[in-house]
Amino acid sequence: MTERLDTDKDQAFVPTILVLSTNNISDPGIDLAGSSHMHYSPKVMVISLPCTSGIKPGWVLYAMQQGFDGVFVAADGDECAYLSDCSERTSQIMADTQTLLQEDGFEPQRLRMAAICSVCAEPFTNYMHEFSKSLTELGPSRKASAA
Amino acid sequence: MSGRRIGVYVCQCGGNIGDYVDVDKVVATIEHEPDVVVARSAMFTCSDATQQEIVQDAEEQKLDGLVVASCSPKLHTYTFRDVAKRAGINPFQYTQVNVREQCSWTHTDDHEGATEKATRLVRAGINRTRLTEPLEPIVVETTPKSLVVGGGIAGLRAALGLAEIGLSVFLVEKEPRLGGWVASFGAMYPHGRNGAELVAKLEEAVRANPAITVFTNAEVMSKSGSFGNYQVTIAVHGERLETITVDVGSIVVATGFETYEPAAGEFGYGIDGVVTLPQFKKMVDGSAGPLTYNGRPVKTIAYVYCVGSRQSKDVEGGHTYCSRYCCTAAVHAALEVAAKADLSVRQYHLYRDMRTYGKYELLWNESREKGSLYLRVPDDEPPAVEKIASGGLKVTTRDLLTGGEEVAIPADLVVLVTGMVPRENDELVSVLKLPIGIDGFFNEIHPKLRPVETIVDGVYICGACQSPKNSAESVTSGLAAVTQSGAILKRGFAELDPMVAMVDTDACTWCDKCLEACPYAAIEQVDEDGKAVASVIRTACKGCGGCVPVCPTDAVDLQGYTDAQVKAMIDGLLEVTCS
Repeated sequence: MTERLDTDKDQAFVPTILVLSTNNISDPGIDLAGSSHMHYSPKVMVISLPCTSGIKPGWVLYAMQQGFDGVFVAADGDECAYLSDCSERTSQIMADTQTLLQEDGFEPQRLRMAAICSVCAEPFTNYMHEFSKSLTELGPSRKASAA
Repeated sequence: MSGRRIGVYVCQCGGNIGDYVDVDKVVATIEHEPDVVVARSAMFTCSDATQQEIVQDAEEQKLDGLVVASCSPKLHTYTFRDVAKRAGINPFQYTQVNVREQCSWTHTDDHEGATEKATRLVRAGINRTRLTEPLEPIVVETTPKSLVVGGGIAGLRAALGLAEIGLSVFLVEKEPRLGGWVASFGAMYPHGRNGAELVAKLEEAVRANPAITVFTNAEVMSKSGSFGNYQVTIAVHGERLETITVDVGSIVVATGFETYEPAAGEFGYGIDGVVTLPQFKKMVDGSAGPLTYNGRPVKTIAYVYCVGSRQSKDVEGGHTYCSRYCCTAAVHAALEVAAKADLSVRQYHLYRDMRTYGKYELLWNESREKGSLYLRVPDDEPPAVEKIASGGLKVTTRDLLTGGEEVAIPADLVVLVTGMVPRENDELVSVLKLPIGIDGFFNEIHPKLRPVETIVDGVYICGACQSPKNSAESVTSGLAAVTQSGAILKRGFAELDPMVAMVDTDACTWCDKCLEACPYAAIEQVDEDGKAVASVIRTACKGCGGCVPVCPTDAVDLQGYTDAQVKAMIDGLLEVTCS
């Protein structure tokens, strides 16, 4: 990437994205995107957890502070095998996280959530393209935290 | 340095990873990470030779942590936990890093990007492993009973198999009778045995077995409990509705398939004399001598293959998969016709690709010897079926085997070789949380490595609800589900992952937020040196982590996904690779 000769700095910027997925539902969907050889940015990296209702808002803040440009929560939606109210719980966690991020000067667009099912390969890939694009427009996150 | 001794193995997976990720470069970068004492690349990490190498390294280097960077954790987590165990490493101090599905296969277009990402992922895995603690699996007692859903040939054979290994079985069938599709079949390939007689024998054995309780006109209503001990409520429809709740340790789903029903006008469907493969099979099975249709002898038959299978992605709700069983089923039906009618019936097979796989090639050969003629039609030019003035049918196509020549075949009967399609089973899917694949059939964890297991522990799939299968293959998978059930139920106990919540009692102030957050009643209040604190009931905890973010004092952690581990992984993902 650094070998690119673009003079426009913004064009050379590729956002680093942390995806928080779930072992049983969204992670298989992300696996399927790979098995189907769908492409998205290699700056997208996944940490898989049992359930998105277990995400600590502090983890998202930490990721942003350490240098991720955006965090995408690949939730189970209504498919969660653990918690029937998983969507509401995760939404509440996202709201709390959003507050935390904004207190620290991060734009709300840097955190996204969508339900990704175990066969949602294409939707996931599309989300990654869209998210990469909007984060590229937004620029690096550290710019925001410094502001 | 934490004083840990970690071994890291990065897999080439043949070329699946190695063609896109510079594995040697990844190894060269991470081998200097703190606590890494062995770092190697391997052609196939899951091979016996490499497993042996890991065990040997562990013994020589006194490893206490293992990182394997290869395929998705869905595939080989248990393989490498076993390797760790054999190597004297606690199985829960091993971390699987997914550099295939989530790296090499996703970034086949960017080798440099894939290599850098793989390095970051492996580093995150090392960071996680560094903070692991030795854990022991949680042991749960299992109920030595099994529920089979679906009384077709796969379900019947599974029920019998489960009873034969000493388990009690509840067999639930939605229809008033047992036997499924096969009960309506005459002679079947590959063995030539009569389907109806075959399932009648199976049913007799099932009914006679005291360990098997059969419910017909019955459906699964709800499921509760946990792995090894499910409570399932069955609704039996009769003069009045009855519900029965049974305790079972495993659930075998064998709900079968539907056949593809062509739309009106699709390959002439709706014209008199145009029939589907199941309709044709019934005609052939039902005729003692030469085949007749509407009282007239059938002299010419045209078979149109791949009807409702391998459809274009552009077809709304299309079936893009190969239905696999239909080529051989059509060839077998053609042989039946020939056997019943000397060799005077002309049979034309209009195929796209013949897939009489394995030994079924012999049937295909035999059909050619007995006069069947094969024409290969272009993928994008389906044959046209029409009624002609004289009352018969005409099929027009181009034959690629004779240089694309246009051929018009007059026929008495046109057989649309229709495939299997997934059966709609929304209620069962929602009750059992069954995973559905991209083709609409139920999804196994892995077609080769874990072919009857689903992501729901203790729930197995077999037969044609999983994918198109012939009867022999359905029975085989039914028996595989028996074996899997036996493996968890015959021992009397099963081992669960110890990845459950834990409480830092120093930090806990017993505010009861975690208790409120847990639907599994896995949190209880205990007294510790006069202080009320939360405690986790390990066998009740499902390890979802729902109690972790609600704790105001950060006193709850999920084993295997601790606060420190998640942050260390984030650090590992972000560290810049110098190369």
